[in-house]
Amino acid sequence: MSKRNNDSDSTEVALFVTCLVDLFRPTVGFAALKLLEDAGCSVHVPVEQTCCGQPAWNAGDRKDTREIAEQVIKIFEEFEYIVAPSGSCAGMLKVHYPELFHNIPEWRERAENFASKVHELTSFLTDVLGVKKVDAKLNSKVAYHDSCAGLRELNISRQPRELLESVEGITQQELNDSETCCGFGGMFAVKYSDISNSIVSEKAENIKNAEPDLLLAGDLGCLMNMAGKLKRQGSKIEVRHVAEVLAGMCDGKPIAGE
Amino acid sequence: MNSRDKILSNIRQSLTSSQKNLSSSDERKQAVRRRIGSHPRGIIPDLSSKHKLLTLFQEKVEASEASYSKVKSYVDAAAEIQQYLRQHNLPQRIRMGKDKRFKKLKWGKGDSPQIQTGPSDGKDFVCLSHAQGGICETGTLVLTSGPDNPTSLNFLPETHIILVNKKDLQENYEDSWKALRRGFGRGKLSRTVNMITGPSRSADIEQTLILGAHGPLRLHVIVVDEAK
Amino acid sequence: MKISSPEFKNNACNALDDNQLQGALRHVRKNFVKKRADARRDLPEFDALRDSARAIKDHTLAHLDLYLEHYEKKVIESGGKVHWATNAAEARGIIMDICRKSNARTVTKGKSMITEEISLNEFLEANEIQPVETDLGEYIIQLRGENPSHIIAPAVHLNMDQIRDEFRKAHTHLPAERSMDEPETLLREARQILRDKFLSADVGITGANFLVAETGSSLIVTNEGNGDLTQIIPRIHVVVASIEKIVPTLEDMAQITRVLARSATGQETTVYSTLSTGPKRKTDEDGPEEYHVVLLDNGRSSMLGTEFSEMLRCIRCGACMNHCPVYQAIGGHAYGWVYPGPMGSVLTPTLIGIDKAGHLPNASTFCGRCEAVCPMHIPLPKMMRFWREREFEQHLSAPSHRRNLTLWAWFAKHPSLYRFVTSIGMRILAIWGGSAKRINWLPMAGGWTKFRVLPAPEGPTFIRQYQRAKRNAR
Repeated sequence: MSKRNNDSDSTEVALFVTCLVDLFRPTVGFAALKLLEDAGCSVHVPVEQTCCGQPAWNAGDRKDTREIAEQVIKIFEEFEYIVAPSGSCAGMLKVHYPELFHNIPEWRERAENFASKVHELTSFLTDVLGVKKVDAKLNSKVAYHDSCAGLRELNISRQPRELLESVEGITQQELNDSETCCGFGGMFAVKYSDISNSIVSEKAENIKNAEPDLLLAGDLGCLMNMAGKLKRQGSKIEVRHVAEVLAGMCDGKPIAGE
Repeated sequence: MNSRDKILSNIRQSLTSSQKNLSSSDERKQAVRRRIGSHPRGIIPDLSSKHKLLTLFQEKVEASEASYSKVKSYVDAAAEIQQYLRQHNLPQRIRMGKDKRFKKLKWGKGDSPQIQTGPSDGKDFVCLSHAQGGICETGTLVLTSGPDNPTSLNFLPETHIILVNKKDLQENYEDSWKALRRGFGRGKLSRTVNMITGPSRSADIEQTLILGAHGPLRLHVIVVDEAK
Repeated sequence: MKISSPEFKNNACNALDDNQLQGALRHVRKNFVKKRADARRDLPEFDALRDSARAIKDHTLAHLDLYLEHYEKKVIESGGKVHWATNAAEARGIIMDICRKSNARTVTKGKSMITEEISLNEFLEANEIQPVETDLGEYIIQLRGENPSHIIAPAVHLNMDQIRDEFRKAHTHLPAERSMDEPETLLREARQILRDKFLSADVGITGANFLVAETGSSLIVTNEGNGDLTQIIPRIHVVVASIEKIVPTLEDMAQITRVLARSATGQETTVYSTLSTGPKRKTDEDGPEEYHVVLLDNGRSSMLGTEFSEMLRCIRCGACMNHCPVYQAIGGHAYGWVYPGPMGSVLTPTLIGIDKAGHLPNASTFCGRCEAVCPMHIPLPKMMRFWREREFEQHLSAPSHRRNLTLWAWFAKHPSLYRFVTSIGMRILAIWGGSAKRINWLPMAGGWTKFRVLPAPEGPTFIRQYQRAKRNAR
């Protein structure tokens, strides 16, 4: 039976937590839960989920990627919506899965149908649910970093900023070169660590020049990279996932500590 | 098989193997003939919101770091040229081609500049050319090669002066191609067609833009508003 | 050209340590990016033109054989000659023949990446013909014995001091104490010296930005005027162009040139756009007596119809490298061959082999900005991924990396074991991170912790906490 509109009229959403959030930053998962529930969704968290398969996909390992993708589709396709607190993972599910199966007829349609239901968290809240305002307070000057996959694969840039604007006490400061990559790139950061370091150093300069109290983004990979650099440099700027702020869940320690 | 046939057959093979329903060879040939024959225009920048074309042309010419002036006749053009030379401390010596429109230039008595004809030997300070057209979209002059306007005059002098008749100004490149086809016939062109937008320049040293690289350091454009 | 792509990592580290280079690269980051953005903003039709340009190239490539035949016919009609070369060696041989027949001693060259691809200069020199690069940037790097580090700004890796030193070394006939403090002075000096070369050269070699089938013309777009002096002064003009440069008509050419300069330098148009059609005509008083076109395949006909086919739409504007965070960090030389940046990371493996060029498609964050700015909508990240797949299939990627990946993928496919292992792993890392919540150094993740701290996990994984909360709620 399809888990859509069963007994209540609330929107049925499955949360794709993403592996990094699951492992490193559960708060983001709970923040996403809260935001979705506050917006009237009934949220499911399939506990068999692991990862979207992006590491294999970007390493050229098509076979493993397919097998992982099939698993994800099987677990999630019964839901009305699938939402992920990450532009990169949502992009993988939404843009790359159909590409991955484009020449496998028995999976192609399934992947496309699945992909059509996938959304990144902030854009789901604003563009699908029509959320204009969140119930959160934070006295802080924040800078939002556009993560590449969200920005370019899913056109996410206006949505998180609009939601942040509704947080009481917040002021937003734009970064210079905000469309430039932070240098994370998954395995790139480890395989080509010197180049990655040069790129994230440049990014850190732009962040520090903007003098925010808090750096935000919608992707944990990028956040861990930028937080890792800022903290190594001894910067006091705190780093969090945008969902934590929108859900008013900033009590715990920021990413990589204070 | 020679290289030509090898390349062409490899192309055909690649296309056939990748496109399951590659159209028949007759259909393909027809598609190519049709496109070349009808040379469809694509997207053309809408200039209707801009000023009138002549003003736009002037704006674009000046934006290209060339100087601009407009005169009523070829008689006036001569005076404008002489004035320009004086203003820039240039010798009253000009090389130009055999374009018959130059015959209408009336140099002031007594101070007529020394006129040289034929291609440039690379030692000229000032050369004069007559453009076949001007493109308002970008402030570009269209010059075609031939004894009337040898191509070397466009590149070797330090100062290049180009006359263009106002009625030869076109809105965009597409209109300019139309004029070229009218002039040379379908599928034919003069040896060289130069589209020139401003004086030569380079930004190869620390991306600093410097005018006057290998071509002219100065370009002066004179629009002549005289029906031929 | 010597290939150093296999040493990419080393090259990159050297580039990162090179302060002069890093200084020069700042110009790329600032100027090119802003100028393109401004140019795009000023032309409301820009994106529509990109779509149009893509459609034109796709149509042309689908009829490439026919357009090439038509083009050849038109060149011959206008008195020119067309030579077909399947590979670099054939192209060099053809050019050598042309030079020999005219007893050429010196050759002037307009800026052309294709002649870099076939290593023409080294070849001519070895055959006692002097090639003279006439584009200012190309001239500078020729003096230095370097390759271009950018496809439209070949000397972008150099600063003024380096160029001045080079000119002092090379132009020994000029007074040693002359003032050379301004870029203008350097440019004037090069202009003076190259002027004589233009006038005395026997053969002029240029590339082509487009070949127009309708008229049999080659088009070059330049700003300096050197390309034009190269193609009108010498007795012989040789155009070297690869087969995908063809467009059907002048109208099609204009569609693409409208996005070319804007994407490259942010100009609406370059200063000079020149169509050359055949040799000079009977009544012409200047222009070359012979006009040759060398049409080079070099693997391109085999790219057609493959997953790399779309690369043949490339018009060599350089926007992809200007906007690439990796190129911006290391410059062009680190890529180790002719074509740097994202377009090179796709093209180079087709030309020198993925075994040698494997690093290039891997050294990308897949940020996607190259594709976003490409005027021809070339899906560069997708094609870099195709190369990674080929590499993976051929077992060319590092065995240790492969092992880790396979192991991780196995766990990802076995959720309960994944849950078990990651829970333990995260618990250990969380303890390691302590109250500071960060790990300063971690074995196995040295590439990460050499430059950054590793944020520690918060504690138990989300799924574990969620399951527990669910149980408690019951």
